[in-house]
Amino acid sequence: MEKTYYNPKDLKKFGSISEWNEELGKKFFDYYNTVFEEGKLTAREKSLIALAVAHTIQCPYCIDAYTSDGMQRGIEKEEMMEALHVAGAIRGGASLVHGVQMMNKVEKLSM
Amino acid sequence: MTNKSLAFRKNKLSDPREQLKYLSNGIFQDGQLPKFREKLDEGSEFPLKPHTLEILQINVGYMCNQVCSHCHVDAGPDRKEIMTLETMEQILDVLKNTTVNTLDLTGGAPEMNPHFRWFVEEASKIGVDDFIVRSNLTIILANKKFHDLPEFFKKHNVHVVSSLPFYSKERTDKQRGDGVFAKSIKALQMLNDLGYGKEESGLKLDLVYNPAGAFLPGDQKGLEDQFKKRLYEDFGIEFNGLFTITNLPISRFLEYLIVSENYEDYMDALVSAYNPTAVKNVMCRNTLSVSWDGYLYDCDFNQMLEMKVNGNAQHISEFNMNELAKRNIKISQHCYGCTAGAGSSCQGSLVE
Repeated sequence: MEKTYYNPKDLKKFGSISEWNEELGKKFFDYYNTVFEEGKLTAREKSLIALAVAHTIQCPYCIDAYTSDGMQRGIEKEEMMEALHVAGAIRGGASLVHGVQMMNKVEKLSM
Repeated sequence: MTNKSLAFRKNKLSDPREQLKYLSNGIFQDGQLPKFREKLDEGSEFPLKPHTLEILQINVGYMCNQVCSHCHVDAGPDRKEIMTLETMEQILDVLKNTTVNTLDLTGGAPEMNPHFRWFVEEASKIGVDDFIVRSNLTIILANKKFHDLPEFFKKHNVHVVSSLPFYSKERTDKQRGDGVFAKSIKALQMLNDLGYGKEESGLKLDLVYNPAGAFLPGDQKGLEDQFKKRLYEDFGIEFNGLFTITNLPISRFLEYLIVSENYEDYMDALVSAYNPTAVKNVMCRNTLSVSWDGYLYDCDFNQMLEMKVNGNAQHISEFNMNELAKRNIKISQHCYGCTAGAGSSCQGSLVE
């Protein structure tokens, strides 16, 4: 076994998950590839969304993959960082919006 | 970023044999990655054979006013290799009697060759469908004697192809040197003022995009749209097309890959992105490269690796189309750079 949970080289082996369940693996990758095609959103916009989500779920493989993808697409580092702040704002907001619940409870328990 | 060539620094990678050793050892020696020949074999493309010769690419010298960090020529102000008038005359003789429809002048900065204008004038008299000069743009502003180059290009209906790694200052200057972006923008505006890059003028201005780092170029059309939008919005600049070119792992880019410890991952990315369809149109099949001293190569990259064409007629003075048409194209692992993804050539990507 590896001494660490994550090995950068494993990213390239992503496709091998189909070996143990070809049908579902194929369905997943077909879906995945279709999702990232040009649509109402551009492939470039989708790449930035993927980068922000990658940081939200803190997936090192995804961060590696979508940073490289962004570089290839000519996405500038300032754009990448802005996308991350969107993720950060939602994450922070998700904690803070629960402050209303806290405030409600405090109000209810207070004389 | 260094401001001297590998040759000047006496870096061991200035010796093409050292580069070829690097490209054949390590990950390619121990079987981690297949050699380029094995990939060609899989598609029954080995030995790689030429199609009809269409493009003659002439490297008129390695001297350049810039020292770009990715340069596969190892060009710079300290390089003294310059094509002589005699060699240019031999090229003109060949040009009169071939199927060549595109003449492509490169360097270094080709404009720095003292016989450059004479050659352009003489070659344009012979007439080719497409007469390309690969200009680094900054040369136009480098010295008073170059300021009229845009008019000179226009007079001879030269198709200008210019490197501009990115539409922002930071990425451009990092690769090509401080101040290059601002000068490039100024030069592009001068070309635009004469009609270059405007659809109706017939004067073609294409840009070349090289990734500024250890990654592959993205979709050519997508990048072209972005370049057009940003250059027009920010600077009012127009151009015809964008060529995306993959950086090949030779010369100064190879040095960068090794020093930054990106070499293995980069080669892995190139091999993983191998596209058999790109092999069908790879530029060495319709192009010949002529070096400053008149020798013939399958491409400009092979020229830098000193891999002369196969056969007995290896010099422009002994040009023999029949023999060249039968030759086997020379390959090594750097060739993966032209077959990755949508493919890469001096005319941009190879596959739609």
